[in-house]
Amino acid sequence: MADAIERIRTTIASDRIVIFMKGNRNFPQCGFSAATIEVFEELGAPYTTVDVLADQEVRDAVKSYSNWPTIPQVFINGKFVGGCDIVREMHSSGELQTLVKAALSESAHQ
Amino acid sequence: MEAQEIKAMIERGLPGAHVEVRDFTGGGDHFEALVVSESFEGKGLVERHQAVYGALGDAMKARIHALTLKVMTPNQYQNRR
Repeated sequence: MADAIERIRTTIASDRIVIFMKGNRNFPQCGFSAATIEVFEELGAPYTTVDVLADQEVRDAVKSYSNWPTIPQVFINGKFVGGCDIVREMHSSGELQTLVKAALSESAHQ
Repeated sequence: MEAQEIKAMIERGLPGAHVEVRDFTGGGDHFEALVVSESFEGKGLVERHQAVYGALGDAMKARIHALTLKVMTPNQYQNRR
């Protein structure tokens, strides 16, 4: 578990937008994962995905890391943002666009 | 799992909350819930969802496959209608 948490930390620290999901962007294996990546596709924002179905350890570890019982989980700039409902809600309020824009412009300055 | 059971668990965890739960596939494992609670005041969405998940405890890990959540304060709920 400690090792899986370390891997999660490394992944969310190295990429601006990371989505832990079931399946991958081409073949999401769950409607909630599909709906979540759909939002980021619509924003045209680059994101990294981690398939939790391929790694049971990460699947368990990410839930305890974020204190969140379900998949998908979205991290922006290393910070847990939420699951499918929250991302969709933030997308319709415009809050997500602001967060994503800020995250991506930070990376452009580095 | 019954929608009614989930509603009761959330109400127990968040006293005074207005809770509506719907089983949206009829299969007993995909649910949709609206939770309106005073205790959400001043909290972000992540914290609000965590409070609901906390009320559901282990059921969330084992028996509920999916729960779509709408979380609001009484004020937000009023303004919505």
